[in-house]
Amino acid sequence: MLRFIIRRMIQMVGVVVVLSLLVFLWLRSLPGGTVSAILGEKATPERRAALEKALGLDQPIYVQYWQFAKRALHGDFGASTKVLPGTDAFDLFMQRFPATIELSIVAIILAVGLGIPLGYMAARRHNSLFDNGSIVASLVGVAVPVFFLAFLLKYYFAIKLHWLPVSGRQSAGLGATHTTGFFVLDGLLTREYDAAWDAIKHLILPSLALATIPFAVIFRITRASVLEVLDEDYVRTAESKGLTSRVIRGRHVLHNALLPVVTTIGLQTGGLLVGAILTERVFNFGGIGDTVAQAFEQRDYGVLQVCILMAAITFVVVNLLVDIAYAVIDPRVRTR
Amino acid sequence: MDNPLNPNRKKQRIDDLAATAGTGGGAGSVAVADLTVGDAGHIAESTGVSLIASAWSRLRRDPVFLLGAFITLAFVLLAIFSPLIAPHDPTAGLLLKEVRPQTNPIPGARPGYPFGADSSGRDIFSRLIVGSRQTLIVGVMATLFGFIGGLTLGTLAGAIGGWVDSVVMRVVDVMLSIPSLLLAFSVAAIAARPSQWTVIVAIATVQVPIFARLLRGSMLAQRGSDHVLAARALGVKPSAIVFRHMLPNSLSPVIVQATLVVASAIIDAAALSFLGLGNPDDRQPEWGQMLGKAQQYIYDHPALAIWPALCIIVVALGFTLMGESLREALDPKSRR
Repeated sequence: MLRFIIRRMIQMVGVVVVLSLLVFLWLRSLPGGTVSAILGEKATPERRAALEKALGLDQPIYVQYWQFAKRALHGDFGASTKVLPGTDAFDLFMQRFPATIELSIVAIILAVGLGIPLGYMAARRHNSLFDNGSIVASLVGVAVPVFFLAFLLKYYFAIKLHWLPVSGRQSAGLGATHTTGFFVLDGLLTREYDAAWDAIKHLILPSLALATIPFAVIFRITRASVLEVLDEDYVRTAESKGLTSRVIRGRHVLHNALLPVVTTIGLQTGGLLVGAILTERVFNFGGIGDTVAQAFEQRDYGVLQVCILMAAITFVVVNLLVDIAYAVIDPRVRTR
Repeated sequence: MDNPLNPNRKKQRIDDLAATAGTGGGAGSVAVADLTVGDAGHIAESTGVSLIASAWSRLRRDPVFLLGAFITLAFVLLAIFSPLIAPHDPTAGLLLKEVRPQTNPIPGARPGYPFGADSSGRDIFSRLIVGSRQTLIVGVMATLFGFIGGLTLGTLAGAIGGWVDSVVMRVVDVMLSIPSLLLAFSVAAIAARPSQWTVIVAIATVQVPIFARLLRGSMLAQRGSDHVLAARALGVKPSAIVFRHMLPNSLSPVIVQATLVVASAIIDAAALSFLGLGNPDDRQPEWGQMLGKAQQYIYDHPALAIWPALCIIVVALGFTLMGESLREALDPKSRR
């Protein structure tokens, strides 16, 4: 088990190294090169020269990469130029990350909580109206652009019906105390339950929009996987042994069918990060997604390089954790 | 080499897909054997029949495929004949006199203009019809470029092997670890002057690693297979083995993937426009661009966004339905 984890960690380090190289090359290939990318087009020649020297752009390229990697390891990515001018890019990222984590957790809970039961039900009623209907619904769900869906939800439930807040993470003027950056958790910890409830209301629409695609994917994987397991010999054996259908369902079918679903959930984190860019933009949510969207619009590359690196690292780490969880559930994986 | 329980499911799914065709003659013969057992009456028809032909006999009767194919065909015909169908010139500001920048920037629907006009006074209905062409171009070209890139990398890795394989696959893995749209946004940001082509290249980049893995997987699976061995024994040149014997047998999962990619490319183009990374030149209308640009007036004039969004959803659904039913028809494992 330990060897499995160590091997996967070494692989992960390799991925991160190549990734940093790609981000480095990306920064260099941006319009106007690295200096314009960091300072903007209108910087004075003196500032450009100063930065060029500070960045060591007169050095050979492998030295430059080494400098870049060293600074990156210290979390030094320069300051934000446009999104929040003057703030350290890495600090900005850390400050806004909790919002996205909170949103993603709610979205993945929604997607899993609906996707697994519905996928299971669809498989049990294979080829029924419910099965075919939900397959079509999940296909339509994937065909709708996420930001358009977010807009529709916002338009009807927030602007027309006034049921839920239009944007942001929490109403202004509540005077809520923030300690962890997770607003719902903050409200619960400080016993400001109205603040927590307000934060939850702000989460409903964005998380619904964000959950659609993971929901559709988890639903279909669960359905396919349950269908496959229902066909297995051991299920037939269990039935012929006369086990109650509850034991068969729980211990034989669901337990085995959920194995591939676990990995799928891990893979959806990548999709969540992308979905968050579009969803948060629509709701001005103020998380990483919103920040990335603004950074792209205003070409704030200092912020972007942190976000791209961290998004990919988050994705890789989450998948490492999922792989470890998977190895715990299913010992056969470890032997590979 | 690949344990079926390999936890890295995203890669695994791609490799699985590759393996279904990857066994080359094997997959075909399995499929045929499957069929001959099932309908003994059609032995004469199905022996020696290619995987494609046996899949076609299933697809012809599949309502999901027929619906998807109908939508796709209608879309392609519309794209070809759009200038003849559109009632007005999509680039002319016919209702420019009705545009009131202060009070009412969007002329509403009126006789001859069923959906009204946009902020430049151009007929939306005609723009939607003519926009089908650019939308098709973006979808197909992005898929094609992604395929060519993936083909080059995948063939290099799969056919040469050794250190080339390791290097190429490491880069591919890293590309897969960056959330897909984030990668597309980053590539689009490199362009100093965004255009339709930068959008296409950005979307294609995301598809390169997926196609590469797909092709490499099936190449590797075929390396040791009988028909490649036979060709080698006959003294066929290595390049001919790769291009005439291995590649054609790898194509069926690639066709499935390509069909699905067209749908996501059209949706992704809309997302790029939404974040301001799309093609700024709107003389040639494109649905994603129309949807992206509609954000400006979206709360007062949601129809401006809803029509292009509906077009995108229907077309994306068409390609997805077709791709999914193709996948089922070409995958011997899913025959139930």
